[in-house]
Amino acid sequence: MTENIKEESKADQSLQEDRLEAHAKTEENESKEEAEQVEADLKVQLCEPFPGLQTGLIRSADLFGYVGIESVLDQMRRKTVKAGFEFNIMVVGQSGLGKSTLVNTLFKSKVSRKSSTPNYEEKISKTVRLHAVSHVIEEKGVKMKLTVIDTPGFGDQINNQNCWEPIVKYVNEQYEKYLREELNVNRKRRIPDSRVHCCIYFLPASGHSLRPIDVEFMKRLGKIVNIVPVIAKADTLTVEERQEFKERIRQDLEANGIHVYPQRELDEDPEDRILNDRIRASIPFAVVGTDKEHQVNGHKVLGRKTKWGIIEVENVAHCEFANLRDLLIRSHLQDLKDVAHNVHYETYRVRRLNESNMNLSELTAGLHRCC
Amino acid sequence: KSVKKGFDFTLMVAGESGLGKSTLVNSLFLTDLYKDRKLLNAEERITQTVEITKHTVDIEEKGVKLKLTIVDTPGFGDAIDNTECWKSVADYIDQQFEQYFRDESGLNRKNIQDNRVHCCLYFISPFGHGLRPLDVEFMKALHEKVNIVPVLAKADTLTPTEVQKKKIKIREEIEQYGIKIYQFPDCDSDEDEEFKQQDLELKESIPFAVIGSNTVVEAKGKRVRGRLYPWGIVEVENSAHCDFVKLRNMLVRTHMQDLKDVTRETHYENYRAQCIQSMTRMVVKERNRNKLTRESGTDFPIPMGPAVSESETEKLIREKDEEVQHEKNKPVLQLGAGFSQKFQYDFKI
Repeated sequence: MTENIKEESKADQSLQEDRLEAHAKTEENESKEEAEQVEADLKVQLCEPFPGLQTGLIRSADLFGYVGIESVLDQMRRKTVKAGFEFNIMVVGQSGLGKSTLVNTLFKSKVSRKSSTPNYEEKISKTVRLHAVSHVIEEKGVKMKLTVIDTPGFGDQINNQNCWEPIVKYVNEQYEKYLREELNVNRKRRIPDSRVHCCIYFLPASGHSLRPIDVEFMKRLGKIVNIVPVIAKADTLTVEERQEFKERIRQDLEANGIHVYPQRELDEDPEDRILNDRIRASIPFAVVGTDKEHQVNGHKVLGRKTKWGIIEVENVAHCEFANLRDLLIRSHLQDLKDVAHNVHYETYRVRRLNESNMNLSELTAGLHRCC
Repeated sequence: KSVKKGFDFTLMVAGESGLGKSTLVNSLFLTDLYKDRKLLNAEERITQTVEITKHTVDIEEKGVKLKLTIVDTPGFGDAIDNTECWKSVADYIDQQFEQYFRDESGLNRKNIQDNRVHCCLYFISPFGHGLRPLDVEFMKALHEKVNIVPVLAKADTLTPTEVQKKKIKIREEIEQYGIKIYQFPDCDSDEDEEFKQQDLELKESIPFAVIGSNTVVEAKGKRVRGRLYPWGIVEVENSAHCDFVKLRNMLVRTHMQDLKDVTRETHYENYRAQCIQSMTRMVVKERNRNKLTRESGTDFPIPMGPAVSESETEKLIREKDEEVQHEKNKPVLQLGAGFSQKFQYDFKI
């Protein structure tokens, strides 16, 4: 292999030399150096295109100079800033658990269904309806299209049998929509992504353990979407009670075979594993949400003021809101989307394509006809 | 003599699990009734039905004995499908009435045991927006059988404004759905102002926002029953923090006798009247049948003393009905206030 390259380089070399000779003889020394340089550079690339792909690893310490590979990050950043990105989050839980308040607190703006509907009245609806509200949030030039999907009526009735079905249906419908767009012959450059990237499930802070309805819901939805369980209104639990409650919930989850985000099977390398293990040891996060500010020690903090003290929402000693926010937004947002696309969506896609038992061309032909 | 015999009181607690019912009972009566309780995990709870459990404890203070029975309803509202989960509770209450009915009409009435439920504390979750459908159905099914005192549980999750708003909303909904909770009797006009003020405050505190605790913590140098949080200490007996003291006073110090009276005079009488009515209808049917087949005599389902003729039974029922109505409208307090004043015992800590 190296012989070929040496030959090539020799050929190049001769070309170069010819060119250089045409210019001036005083640059002979320089040209010789350049030629050596060219030869050295060419040695770097060693990819066999045919059988047995072999890739070597060159670390930056071995490079002879600055190549500029890292500028790819800047290019990606520029493109993302221009295009913006989408994030779809679903909140599920009984009414009154503070879902809308938490979402507003997470994104520090009024993005929930309640803030968007004028003259909102608190009434328990008879059936589970799904309600999606979208907002574009901009921070430092980066635009995010955030869609919050609310599920009023879940778990509120006397008989809650099958109350999770409308939710399962919605999630699958979004996958279906995306699938059809993907299979289209003339598909859009950027397929609008309405798939649910993350589902936050609110557990009431009872201090005991998971209820039957919690188990049923998470069993079914854990297979098709990323579930992040949280303990709502956790300001009713002392620190010991909180720890015991979380431990019992984790045991219940394991006993029932429920996989919540971040899923253990999806850890890619030991580094990921360590990071995710730390997260897994502290879910479900015990959160408290609010949109009111108070003065504490001279600063303004988000908190709830009671007769016995002020609960600071962003203080990690008080509650785990900051941990949840960091997980969802600051560290794992892209990962949530990736898992949703590469794992959950793919599972759905494989199932659907096998079900229909048609080959791809038939499906696309059919689509083309009806489009 | 009554002091020697002691008093008995049956209190029922109902509500979803995890609302702090057992903790509150322990706090109210300074007992540890639920020491060896094991909580079920989610799997076990899927198949659980509503049970009724009873714990009895004897409390004595300053020579006055109180036999306290706590009736608990584990499993209430926990399943996915909670249709008619209040049925076993209603059946239990009826059973106690029936047993008393039989005892009362029996021959030996000296040592009747009164197991009738005198008061039911219904725990409303602080996490919802007011009453849930299950709460409404439960209270409507039981408001004519037992004195319902609604309680807002785990009130340490609410700020003072939220507590006020929720109380107002719950009171509105109770009225809207026509639920008859236990009404505090009106004060006599000749009671002193302080008493009247207290009474008014009591009425406006429904539902009582309570916090319970099994632990003693140190706050400002004193040891109090409370809950220790990173942001502060909640004192259970501080009236600025919650209505626990009001509830305890009402249950134990001032209104215990009235609760028993209303149970005896209203709820039990309702049950009895219904019972007699349905029985008389049965008797009437039997009578008609017998007339056709020319048989004499009928077996009364329960001993009712000398056989009464049809018209007399109807008259009896009408009289009883009137009496019941009369009792309901009468300001019950006359006897009650005197009684409770006399037997005001201090269950101090």
